[in-house]
Amino acid sequence: MNQGQAHCQRCKKAVATVHLTEIERGEKRERHLCDRCAAEEGVKVQQQHVSLNELLTSFVIQQSGVQQLAQMTCAQCGTTFADFRNAGLLGCPACYDGFEKALIPLMERAHGGATRHIGKSPRANRAPRPDRTQELERLRRELDAAIKNENFEQAAQLRDALKSLGEK
Amino acid sequence: MNLEDLARSAGEWLRGTGPNHDIVISSRIRLARNLAGFPFLVRCRPEQRDEVTTRLRDVIVRASSGQWVFIDVDRSDELDRQFLVERHLISRQHAAAEGSRGVAISPTETVSVMVNEEDHLRLQVMRSGLQLDVIWEEIDRIDDQIERESAYAFHARYGYLTACPTNVGTGIRVSVMLHLPALKLTGEIERVFRAAREMRLAIRGLFGEGTEYLGDFFQVSNQTTLGRTEQELIHDFKHLVIPRIIDYEHQARRTLLKERSLVLDDKVWRSFGALQRARTMSSEETMLHLSHVRMGISLGRIEEINLGTVNELFLLTQPAHLQKIRGERLSGEQRSVVRAEYIRRRLSEN
Repeated sequence: MNQGQAHCQRCKKAVATVHLTEIERGEKRERHLCDRCAAEEGVKVQQQHVSLNELLTSFVIQQSGVQQLAQMTCAQCGTTFADFRNAGLLGCPACYDGFEKALIPLMERAHGGATRHIGKSPRANRAPRPDRTQELERLRRELDAAIKNENFEQAAQLRDALKSLGEK
Repeated sequence: MNLEDLARSAGEWLRGTGPNHDIVISSRIRLARNLAGFPFLVRCRPEQRDEVTTRLRDVIVRASSGQWVFIDVDRSDELDRQFLVERHLISRQHAAAEGSRGVAISPTETVSVMVNEEDHLRLQVMRSGLQLDVIWEEIDRIDDQIERESAYAFHARYGYLTACPTNVGTGIRVSVMLHLPALKLTGEIERVFRAAREMRLAIRGLFGEGTEYLGDFFQVSNQTTLGRTEQELIHDFKHLVIPRIIDYEHQARRTLLKERSLVLDDKVWRSFGALQRARTMSSEETMLHLSHVRMGISLGRIEEINLGTVNELFLLTQPAHLQKIRGERLSGEQRSVVRAEYIRRRLSEN
């Protein structure tokens, strides 16, 4: 094949760089155009290639993703991810671990980016004092908020509290 | 306590007292919990569902030292269920669902505990005015009492596990019901909606999810339950969110008084007149007029009646309440006549 050096079928001057295969009324027709003529005929070469590729890639990912997800089943209660998608409700506590991969992005969206619980916990799990990591995290967030709100008195207190918990 | 006794007065949360009661009707916190060792409700077999009901009923009644009454919602008739919805003691979903389920109610109706709604347990504490700290103390204590006898489904990373992942974590929903007639009149309510969206808050109507903004009532509630403590959320509501909305409403009221006081007075007195004289009145029309009158009282225009009476009328003129009060089933048309008559009588008593 020597298409790269063929002349444009439209202007018959420039080198044809765009090669189209059109099927019209069951008949196959090959056309070879230069960039300019292709553009004038409304063939958006570059874009078409990219978007088609993108579309296909994302389509394939989506398809396999959806199928994989829909078939995921909770080993504890037998709920499938498709069941969850239809009802919006999980089947049992173990679903949270079973569907973790799919649930994390969903929870991130629903909870403003957070995927970790802080706050009350059952008495059996409750540490005598607040968990140090949680407490540090909470103070740091409050400090950020205080600085943002230009509440410097509160910020100073929070900084002291952080120091006393051993944060440098 | 039976439902007929409740029908003639409103619960504590409508008393028209408490901090900021001119604008804040009531505050509410609910916690969603599920029992460890059971599937969530969609996967419960009927006998498991029964077991959850029985177990939780016993635990709740013990936790209240026998003070709270437990109602089997699946054995209540439609009117009773509607009545409980109107009093905000159960959700619409709970009224319409099927299978073993119930609700425990404290005598003052400040506490209600739904069993087998979307989750095994939905605790709710409600008070009039802006009283979130008091409510949190109470609900936290009840939650501990129940958990002492029945372990909850809890995950080290995700917290309290709920049937819907949008409630997971703290399982908390803080809701404050506000009366915002001036913001509605001036159209500035849109500002509140925009600000709420930015802060990831939801704004709903009088009866929660999917209900309209009848009578200029708006319920503001949180949507996120992961990544923040209960205290932080309550702090934000108490110090940032609600005071700001109250401030907007006050500003709008001042503007109306200054620039459109004739329009305002006409609305207030026209509505008061209709309530005092009309011979038939639909539920929607009643809400509209009561809302105007309520604003008139807050602004010192009407002194003949108080906020408590108006708050109570909002509730007692609802369809199921009217039928309970009359002790008979009434068609929509009959209700409109009975409603107008009931309001006329209540307003002439004052």
